[in-house]
Order: sequence, then structure tokens, then C-alpha cells
Amino acid sequence: MSSATNTIEELALQDYKAGFVTDIEIDTVPKGLNEDIIRIISAKKREPEWMLEWRLKAFRKWLTMKEPQWQNVHYPPIDYQDAYYYAAPKSMADAPKSLDEIDPEVRRTFEKLGIPLEEQKMLAGVAVDAVFDSVSVATTFKEKLRELGIIFCSFSEAIQEHPELVRKYMGSVVPYSDNYFAALNSAVFTDGSFCYVPKGVRCPMELSTYFRINALNTGQFERTLIIAEESAYVSYLEGCTAPMRDEHQLHAAVVELIALDNATIKYSTVQNWYPGDKEGRGGIYNFVTKRGKCAGVNSKITWTQVETGSAITWKYPSCILQGDNSVGEFYSVAVTNNRQQADTGTKMVHIGKNTRSTIVSKGISAGRSQNTYRGQVRVNRGAAYARNYSQCDSLLIGDRCGAHTFPYIDVRNTTSTVEHEASTSKIGEDQIFYCRQRGLSTEDAVNMIVNGFCKEVFRELPMEFAVEAQKLLGISLEGSVG
Amino acid sequence: MSPVMTTESLFSAQFEAFIREKEDRSPAWLQRVRQMAFNRFQQMGFPTMEDEEWRFTPIHPITDTDFVPASAAPVAITVGQLEPFQFAGMEYSQIVFVNGRYSPELTCLHPLPKGVQVGSLAAHLSDDPDTADTYLARFAAQDTHAFAALNTAFMDDGAFVYIPRSVVVEEPIRLLFVSATENAPTVSHPRVLVVAGANSRCSLIESYVGVQRDVYLTNAVTEIVVGENAVVDHYKTQRESMDAYHVSYTHAQLSRNANFRSHSITLGGGLVRNDVYALLNGEGIDCTLNGLYLVNGRRLVDNHTTLDHARPHCSSHQIYKGVLDEHGRGVFNGKIYVRQDAQKTDAKQTNQALLLSDNAQINTKPQLEIFADDVKCTHGATVGQLDADQLFYLRARGIDREDARSLLIHAFAMDILDRIQIEALRRALDEVMLAQLPKPH
Repeated sequence: MSSATNTIEELALQDYKAGFVTDIEIDTVPKGLNEDIIRIISAKKREPEWMLEWRLKAFRKWLTMKEPQWQNVHYPPIDYQDAYYYAAPKSMADAPKSLDEIDPEVRRTFEKLGIPLEEQKMLAGVAVDAVFDSVSVATTFKEKLRELGIIFCSFSEAIQEHPELVRKYMGSVVPYSDNYFAALNSAVFTDGSFCYVPKGVRCPMELSTYFRINALNTGQFERTLIIAEESAYVSYLEGCTAPMRDEHQLHAAVVELIALDNATIKYSTVQNWYPGDKEGRGGIYNFVTKRGKCAGVNSKITWTQVETGSAITWKYPSCILQGDNSVGEFYSVAVTNNRQQADTGTKMVHIGKNTRSTIVSKGISAGRSQNTYRGQVRVNRGAAYARNYSQCDSLLIGDRCGAHTFPYIDVRNTTSTVEHEASTSKIGEDQIFYCRQRGLSTEDAVNMIVNGFCKEVFRELPMEFAVEAQKLLGISLEGSVG
Repeated sequence: MSPVMTTESLFSAQFEAFIREKEDRSPAWLQRVRQMAFNRFQQMGFPTMEDEEWRFTPIHPITDTDFVPASAAPVAITVGQLEPFQFAGMEYSQIVFVNGRYSPELTCLHPLPKGVQVGSLAAHLSDDPDTADTYLARFAAQDTHAFAALNTAFMDDGAFVYIPRSVVVEEPIRLLFVSATENAPTVSHPRVLVVAGANSRCSLIESYVGVQRDVYLTNAVTEIVVGENAVVDHYKTQRESMDAYHVSYTHAQLSRNANFRSHSITLGGGLVRNDVYALLNGEGIDCTLNGLYLVNGRRLVDNHTTLDHARPHCSSHQIYKGVLDEHGRGVFNGKIYVRQDAQKTDAKQTNQALLLSDNAQINTKPQLEIFADDVKCTHGATVGQLDADQLFYLRARGIDREDARSLLIHAFAMDILDRIQIEALRRALDEVMLAQLPKPH
């Protein structure tokens, strides 16, 4: 086994592939956080008065809040005054009129990451909103989507062009006072994606946002708002990368999903922020609030996430199952290696009758990392015949990592059924032996076993993403099996 | 504003008086332990729902009550009053405590093997303070658990059981703690210390009962030290008054190859919190922690268990079941902790709750914290109601709906009682449980 261990360890040591820095001129606001900074950000984005008011309200609330301490992750205190809250490529000062006018450096960055910004080069048809530091630099296929009545644009654009929708839905799922990081985000968020699918429309292509942190010492605070009207369907993908740096950077995003009657929203994330080096230097703090509301009857929200990056991942994509017969699903693969820490899971709040939720969480820890599943299933009194099934499996690779499970189950009626199962194990020597006997190298065997372990989740990902996720998993774990 | 008398300051006054009273009678080390525990209690204060460990358990009924020390309000208990709490058809030694204080009149000890000591902790502390010093207050979590700290501060009487090396005690030893009040609500802090030497074997039944419907607080701490290869069977049966508050902390310190089985059966108490902590501090240990709780009315029962796997090659098994009816509330928090070097750990936890009423509520949180890779750890939690298929099966055979329900509820709970090795105890508990489960109308 020791030779096998070595191979696996070598594998795990492979470098982060998206860690380059793009050298462009950037436009920032001064370091620090106060009402003036917020006013500057708002002015730079030429926002209406109500938006500024909302930001200031959130900021004042944030000042009264305390950073939460209950999570199972550890990091030195963050100095919120020592970061830039706005950074945009200089060339964005006069917004480019079309995709061709984007700064070539920025365009090259996305090309290098394999994110095509030219529509003709697109694969099977994925519309992309590319966010570079604080601003959205390009959104593809906008026109084509507009023909169907679908609005897909950057958040800033939505504030300008569809203020009625933004005002109606922003903060309706994650209020600005929700938690410490949501309040911070509400005060200083700079951009993000906005998507509105009208009644009865099935969005013909995958919508996608690609987030890239580039500038030094900047926090990225984006906001995503997706609204699916009655009987609408949309599948949304999110990807992210950042350069390798020795400093930690904060990423505090808010994602809100609203599904009305019979609507379906599928939200998939492949998170690959820079995880820091082997000793835990640098890396992104990924503190994100994601929540969806199944507001209408028969609505459905599916969260699928593959979390391989970030020094610290701390997020709980949740579903509020308000409409009768609504369905919430959560599929997650969280991989931690070296000194990464992850505290992730979900919250399913059953309010409507006959609501159903499924949770499948697969945690893989290697190196000296700590991986925690934390989830809550809450069945309110009125949620008659609610049904939940949760399964959390952990796989430990190496004897210096940790896997933790903290499921909270609160049930308040007699007709609902809640089941929770969890297991922790390692890759069995017999499993490796079986594969080796059939001529597979240890490396391939481990890859295969890990992929098998995660299969239930990968199955939920759109095809292109599933391929990327499998590759990422391979990279993240390279060299870590014993 | 006039200063409000908080429970903390109430206990402060009681402690001042207590520590002064004991000044000449207790060894210096004991006074020191009491004082340190009380200081720690004052630092911590009573837990609130902000504390993760007490999130679902509001203890304001306890903190809003002005308790008087039970020693200040003595009551007389007769043998007849204890009759309903005895087990028929079994021989056992019984040591009785009334409101936390040893009662020689009610105690009935059979001849025990040579060297075995079963008696009052207070007597033991004055006769042989040094052995007590070796074990007492060495293990319980008086630094982190406010109630355990309070118990340690007021530690005075309770049970002391000592089984010497290689001694087998065949008959079960029963520790019976009776509570009753006459006027004001009282508080008692019984303390139990059990030391089972290497290769020894014994069964303990630790019972807490209330003889009438009184309001009082029992704040118990039990420390059980199990030596190498020793086998200890521990049963904690709780039938306090339905209006009483019961807070208990049980610590089991297990050595190499020890076999420890503990069953906690909670049938009484208005507000109950049980903490069981087992430290598996040697290789080859087998530890079982099972529990059953019945909740009805507006009662609340909170069970917290921790299995701390500190060494490799140990196994643990845990099944907790709860039946919740009316406005009852149940809380279960089971933690399995596998430390870094505890390889080859095999830990299994199951917890099931049966909700019989829409007003009942259960908060359950099975937790795994694992720092070793070569382990098998699973937990499963289910919350639900009676299986419709099973009901149908019984009804199809001519059993009416209510009877079928009772039958199934009983079967659900019996799963735990069936694991009790002492037959007379099992029968007695079954009878009490049957009386308490929802009956056919």
C-alpha cells in the first residue's frame, strides 16, 4: 500500500491551474468601508436613490451585527477596513457597447480559463455572464434570449433597466438583515447576474455566470437573483476562479432564487476559488448565503454544488418550501485537501403541505483538511405529509484530516417522515486491490472509486459541468490516497 | 431599579452558608474542589438557548424558581411509599437516599463479596478521604457544564460503590434516590462515584423517583470508573415527579478491554436533561449507550450523549428511542467523537422518534466528528409516525384501530427494554411504561 500512497500523494500535490494574474489597469475606490465608500460605489454605478438607501440601511444594520462564531472553521479575524470594496478594469469606465469592445486582456483571461465570450464559438449553447472582479464584463446571447422574453444581464444593468423587478424581489429571500455576511454584501455588492424567465417559458440554453477575482486585496461581493415565473424552467451554472496569492481574500456573495407556481430552477455550482498553498497560506474565504424560495405550488429548486476550491468554504444553499407540493433538492460534493476547511450543507424548511426534500452530501477530506456537513431539516406544523431523505457520506483520505456531520432535525407534526443517514469510511484496501488485480493503476483505481462515491451528485450536473467537475475532483485529490 | 434576586445569586448565598458549615468537617482538598467548581459556575452562569448545547432546552423554569436546599427541609419517607418503585421476584441490595441524603433506615444491603463497599459518600469522605481524592471530581465536566459545576460545588452526600480487582458481584446493586418536598421547592445535588477494579463485574441500577407530585430539582452527577477487562452494566431509571426538574451528568471512564453498557430510561420529570459522556480511553473497549424516553403533557426531555473514542480498536453501539405525545418535546443530541489516533473504531448510532401528536416536537442532532481515517462510523436518525402498513395488517386481523396503535407503540419502545439484562427490572419498567403510553379509549 505504501507505493500506492505515494502515487496518490503526488497526485494531490498538483498545482492550482487557474492561478495566474491578469495585468490590466484597474479602477478602484479607496481601501476601507464606511458610508462614503458605499456612496462612491453607488455613484460609480449610477444607481437610483432607492438602491443607495437600501445599501446604507444594510450597512447600518451590519455595524450592529457580530461576526458569527458557531461554525466549525477557524481563521484569523478579518480586518474589514483593510480591503478594497470595488475594483473594475479601467477599460470598463465607458461600458463596451458590444462583445467586441471588451478589453483584450480581460478577454484573454476568460479564454485562458476556457470561457468563450464569443457567441459563435459557443459549445452546445451556454449563455455566459462574465464577472471580472467587481463588474460584469460581458453577457453573451442576450439578444437571442430576449426574443423569448428572458432577461439575462448583469445586476447593475437590471437595476437600471428593470428596477420594478429588482425592487420587488431583491431581499425577499435573503433580507439584508439575514446574517453578518449577507448584510455586508447588501451594503457593498458591486455586480452579479440577474435572470428573469417569464411565464411558461422554458429557457433553451444553460445560463451561466463565471466569476473571476483578479485584483489584489479586493473582496468580491456579488449578488445573483433568479426569478422563474409560473411554469418556467431555467438551469443556471456558476463557476469561479482566482489567482494564487499569499493573502486571503474575502468572497461574500448572496444568491436568491424565486420559483413561482410549477416553476423549476436548477442551480449548479462548480466552485474552484484558489484554495491556498499546502501550508494554508493564501486562498479565498468563501462565505456565501444562497437561498431559494419555492413560493408557488409544485415548484422545484435543485442545488447542485461541487466545492473543490477556497481556503474556507462556508455556505448552506437552502430551500424554503412554501408552496404546497414543492420540492427542494440538494446535491453536494465537497472536497478539501491540504489545509482547506469546509463547513457546508443545506437547510430545508418545510412550510407547505406535501413538500418533499432530498439531501445527498458527499464529503471527501484529504491532507490536513477539515470537512463538515451541517444541515437542518425543519418541518413546521402545517407541513402535513412532508417528506425528507438525507444522506451524508464522508470519505477520509489520510489520517490527519477530519470529517464532521452536524445534522439538525426539527419536526413538529405527525404526518411527516424524516430520515437521515450518515456514514464515514475510507477507500478500502480490498477495493483498490480488486481494481489493481484487473490491471488498473492505483491512481486510476482511486479516481474511479472517488468518482463512484460522488456519482449520485455528478449525475445531477449539466453535461459540460459534469465533465469539468470530474476533472477538478481528480486534480484536487491528486496524490492523497492511502 | 431594585436589584433582582437571580438564581445565580440565590445559589451564591446557599454556597456561602454551605462552605462555612463544612469548614471544620471536610478535608481541605474537598473544600478547594468545591470552591473552584463554584467559581467556575459563577463564571459560566446558567446556560441559555444561545448556547449550542442548550439550544432547544429553555431552563427558565429552573432559573425562575427559588429553591431551598433539600437538607434544610427534611421529610420522612416510609418503606410503604417506596413499594411502587421496587422490583418483584428479584434479590438485590438497595441503598436509599432521601432528598440526596443517605437514609440508613430505608437501606437494605445483602452480604456482599469481600472488599466490596456500597455506602454513603459522605461517610466515605470522612472515613477514607484519600481514596475519594483519587477519583472524585476527576472526570465530570465541572469546567464546561454549569450544572455539573454546581453539583461539584455542593457535593456532599450520595453513593459510593467500590468493587475491588477481580471481584464479581452477582446481585444487582441499586442506588435509589427519592425526592419529596413539603412546602417550598427544594434542590438536591446527589453525587455518585463508582469504581470497578480490573477484571471485576457488577450491575448497577441507579433510580431517581418522586413519591408525589412535587416541584423540586435533582441535579445529579455520576462518575463511573471502569478498570481493565471489567464489565459494568449500568441502568439509570428515572421516575421523578411529573412536575420535577431533573438534570444529570454521567461520566464513564473506561480502560482497556472494558465492557460498559448503559441504559437510560426516562419516564418522569417535567423538564429533564441527561448528559452521558463515555471516554473510551484504552484499546478493545466495547461500549453501549441506549436510551428510551416517553414524553407527554407539556414535558420536555433532552438527552445528550457523547462517545469519545480516544484509542484505537474500540466499538460503540447506541440506540435512542423516544415516544412523544400531546405537547411533549424531545431533544436528542448524540455526538461520536473519533480522535486522530483512534483507528479501527467501529461506532454505530441510531436514534428514532415517534411523534403521536401534531403538537409534539422533536429536535434531533446526531453528530459525527471524525479525525481518523480507518474507521467505520454510521448514524441514522428517523422521525415519523406509526407505519400505515403495519396498522393495516393488524386491522385486517380484526384488531381495532386504537388497540393496534397501542400495540405498535409498545413494540417500538420494547425494543429498548428488551435489551435490559435484568429480567425483573425489565418487567417492572414495562408495567410502568404500559401505564404511561396512550391507552385505547
